[in-house]
Amino acid sequence: MTAVTTPRSFQEIILRLMNYWGERGCAVLQPYDMEVGAGTFHPATTLRSLGNKPWAAAYVQPSRRPTDGRYGENPNRLQHYYQYQVLIKPSPPDLQDLYLGSLQAIGIDTSLHDIRFVEDDWESPTLGAWGLGWEVWCDGMEVSQFTYFQQVGGHDCRPVSGELTYGLERLAMYVLGIDHVMDMPFNDPASPIPLKYGDIFRQTEEEYSRHNFDGADTEKLFRNFAEAEAECERLLAFDPQDPSSGKRIIMAHPAYDQCIKASHLFNLLDARGVISVTERQAYIGRVRALAKKCADAFVQTEAGASVEAVS
Amino acid sequence: MSDLLIELFSEEIPARMQAAARESLKKLVTDGLVEAGLTYEGAGAFSTPRRLVLTVQGLTPESRPVREERKGPRTDAPQAALEGFLRSTGLTLDQLEKRADKKAEVFFAVIEKPGRKAAEIVAEVLERSIRNFPWAKSMRWGSGNLRWVRPLHSILCLLGDEGGAEVVPMSIDGIEAGNTTAGHRFMAPARFAVTSFDDYAAKLRRAFVMLDSAEREAHIWNDAQNQAFARGLEVVPDAGLLAEVAGLVEWPVVLMGAIGAEFLHLPPEVLQTSMREHQKFFSVRNPKSGRIEGFVTVANRETADQGATILKGNLKVLSARLSDARFFWENDLRVAKAGMTDWAEGLKAVTFHNKLGSQADRIARIAALAREIAPLVGADPDQAERAAKLAKLDLRSAMVGEFPELQGTMGRYYALEAGETDAIANAARDHYSPLGPSDAVPTEPVSVAVALADKIDTLTGFWAIEEKPTGSKDPFALRRAALGVIRLVLGNGVRCNIGQIIQSGLVSNEIARRFVEALERPNVLARPVSVEAFGAELQLDLTALGEKRQDLLAFFHDRLKVFLRDQGIRHDVIDACLAMPGNDDLTLLVKRAEALQAFLGSDDGTNLLQGFKRANNILTQAEQKDGVEYSFGADPKFAETDEERALFAALDAGDAAIKPAMAREDFAAAMAAMAQLRAPIDAFFTAVQINTDNAIVRRNRLNLLHRIRALVAQVADLTRVEG
Repeated sequence: MTAVTTPRSFQEIILRLMNYWGERGCAVLQPYDMEVGAGTFHPATTLRSLGNKPWAAAYVQPSRRPTDGRYGENPNRLQHYYQYQVLIKPSPPDLQDLYLGSLQAIGIDTSLHDIRFVEDDWESPTLGAWGLGWEVWCDGMEVSQFTYFQQVGGHDCRPVSGELTYGLERLAMYVLGIDHVMDMPFNDPASPIPLKYGDIFRQTEEEYSRHNFDGADTEKLFRNFAEAEAECERLLAFDPQDPSSGKRIIMAHPAYDQCIKASHLFNLLDARGVISVTERQAYIGRVRALAKKCADAFVQTEAGASVEAVS
Repeated sequence: MSDLLIELFSEEIPARMQAAARESLKKLVTDGLVEAGLTYEGAGAFSTPRRLVLTVQGLTPESRPVREERKGPRTDAPQAALEGFLRSTGLTLDQLEKRADKKAEVFFAVIEKPGRKAAEIVAEVLERSIRNFPWAKSMRWGSGNLRWVRPLHSILCLLGDEGGAEVVPMSIDGIEAGNTTAGHRFMAPARFAVTSFDDYAAKLRRAFVMLDSAEREAHIWNDAQNQAFARGLEVVPDAGLLAEVAGLVEWPVVLMGAIGAEFLHLPPEVLQTSMREHQKFFSVRNPKSGRIEGFVTVANRETADQGATILKGNLKVLSARLSDARFFWENDLRVAKAGMTDWAEGLKAVTFHNKLGSQADRIARIAALAREIAPLVGADPDQAERAAKLAKLDLRSAMVGEFPELQGTMGRYYALEAGETDAIANAARDHYSPLGPSDAVPTEPVSVAVALADKIDTLTGFWAIEEKPTGSKDPFALRRAALGVIRLVLGNGVRCNIGQIIQSGLVSNEIARRFVEALERPNVLARPVSVEAFGAELQLDLTALGEKRQDLLAFFHDRLKVFLRDQGIRHDVIDACLAMPGNDDLTLLVKRAEALQAFLGSDDGTNLLQGFKRANNILTQAEQKDGVEYSFGADPKFAETDEERALFAALDAGDAAIKPAMAREDFAAAMAAMAQLRAPIDAFFTAVQINTDNAIVRRNRLNLLHRIRALVAQVADLTRVEG
């Protein structure tokens, strides 16, 4: 193992992860250009974990959890944060070792720290997905989620994908020894223009917290939810045979975009406190139904098919 | 004799599953070996987070040969029958024997199964055990189809004796059994070969793996206690946490730290719960002050800095967690000091059950019931009502939202902050009790009143909406609630008519049920405004409620039987007492049952029971035959013998003693008086013939027998007692 140096900034940790997983053969993708609640929603994970085509991708995904907004005041909670996501299909036999290597790469010396794999079964009711794995603890702190996908969108995962999710802010705060997220150096503190996390996000956390809890127009949100739901189903109802191009084209991704929209709109409605306990389950069920239909459509496409190997 | 060593090496097995997995591995493999005709002397199973291990000693090297004879069809039987027999035995025609059997000649198949080598059997049994392993949850990984709790990496399977050990050849989904394993994930990750269980355990220890979970537990506990003791502190025992933590580490290293001074004012339960639930820390207490001042965490490795970095990291996480807890506590205190009205308001929006309305509605019902129960348990009705209104408000607090298991505990703190009395605050803490059979029963009158009201409201509520337990299904824990009522009543010697309280609960829950229904009326104007007004106008069908009341009372009696049976009271004794009037006074019922059980255990009791049964049988037969009840009263002037006259005298004396004893509820005295009848009854039956020719004398004697029945019936229904 090469000597471990401690990174100096949030972005250096991201860059090191990018390099690490890129060197190990992952396609280093860019964030998905829509509001999502977690990196799992990126079609590079949800859809690509289906079918039997091998896949290896790593990316940062900005994620939004409207109910977690604390106006930038809480040292650990944000309504907008970053997840680092790795998905490899089929899961390689040395995935745990690869993962531990990534911790070394970002400056966690495993000979001084206590790394533990603690049972944590993952389930996403909105995606109709579940898997088994662990939360990974470093000195008692959860630094990642490690999951072997068993089912996504109601489909059995064959082969199984291994998914790693790093909560970047928390992990970086730990590595950099920072107590309040807003104090964390975003770029190198020795840069001509040093920027802290708070310089970039304190104001947006305030604005979005106000928006999420009080500002967002709930009538519009309800309406948009219904529209996204209808649009998703409409897109999936098209005849696969496209008259314009003469090709067989199933609009699985555009439909899935609508599912992502519906999911985020639901999260906003939830933050506004206008969804009762019983309605909550119904809304989650509606998003899940969309996710399932998109998965059903995706497995009919070339990228999502399970093609029998010719022997 | 051979020894077998199996290790299934995988990614981290959830701690909570390890104990059951050890036992399953042992059972599946040893059962399989025995079934295949091997025997063994002993077996032991072990687990760490990454391995399941089985050692079997004294295994026979091969299975016993088996010879089986099977009788087939007659030699002249149709071809189809013969073919079927050949198929089922796997033999050919020339391998069959012909034997004379009674009148015909019959085919016989002699199947010789030679003994098989242990290795062959082990390979089969192990594969089957792995494929059929009863994991609560299992998974696939990579491109394979094998299921295991987490990816399975290697199998070690060695069969050996003094001469050496050999790998049992077997493979499962591409994993070949071998003779190697790996040490601690970080401290000694290299693979190494082993030759026997002793060699395996010794090498593992050198590779920083403590194989036996019991040893890891003992090590953790001793080390934690020693470190605490050195600082004048003590570790709070927590067996469940100890087992879990021992399942998370292969090489336990105990580290102790102090809780920041800014958190020491938090209630000890909060510190303990937060540390246990979030971080799996043990709490460390100052025995002088009772305060939680430190923690113990268990790392999975030694480090060059003696754990300093690990401890620092853990402390940082702890501070973040406790900052959250302190934030909840301080916010909650603000609401509590303002009288908790925000929480009371909030509970109006929380559904208890969609057929019974909100938590706030439920609290109102419990408060009314607690008021009614209060005088029966020696509590002040105003206090009981107030306690019931406050007891569940902590459900809306931030702390209970984060740690549901602190419900009640926080309620007590918040009630005290709100300026309530100790009795009311304690009721908030204690009214959920008793939860399990070993949970203590509250004894303070206000707590007892609220605890009873809480459970009876639950029971009557679910009876009102027909959600009774069926078979093994009891999703609302109603059996536990009924047992709780029984233990509260008996434990406190409460004298009350439980049926009447049930009736009150049923009425208020029936109103609640109909109110919720009425809220759904299509015509908005026809919907009721308040449950009070709605209830006042409602005409309830009391007959229907009466049936539910009887049904629920019977449910109580069933639970009581189970409870008393566990206390060693015979079921027929309970039945004899249940058949008596006043059986909805549970305390009285049990008092009677205990006395009867003691009485029947004595010689007098046994003999009296015989005498009573004889009298009762003769009387019952005569009454059936004659079509009358002989309850006219016997007249001593028709008595012909001394024994008869003596029985008259004894019955008079018995009546005189039993009536006042019963009035005092002194069952022992009543039964002692009953015992006095034993000798006169015995003598009577020896000397006197009931069915004489003289009709007047016969009638008089039957009426005399009726007096025995009537006297005994004041105490218990002995017809239900066996023997």
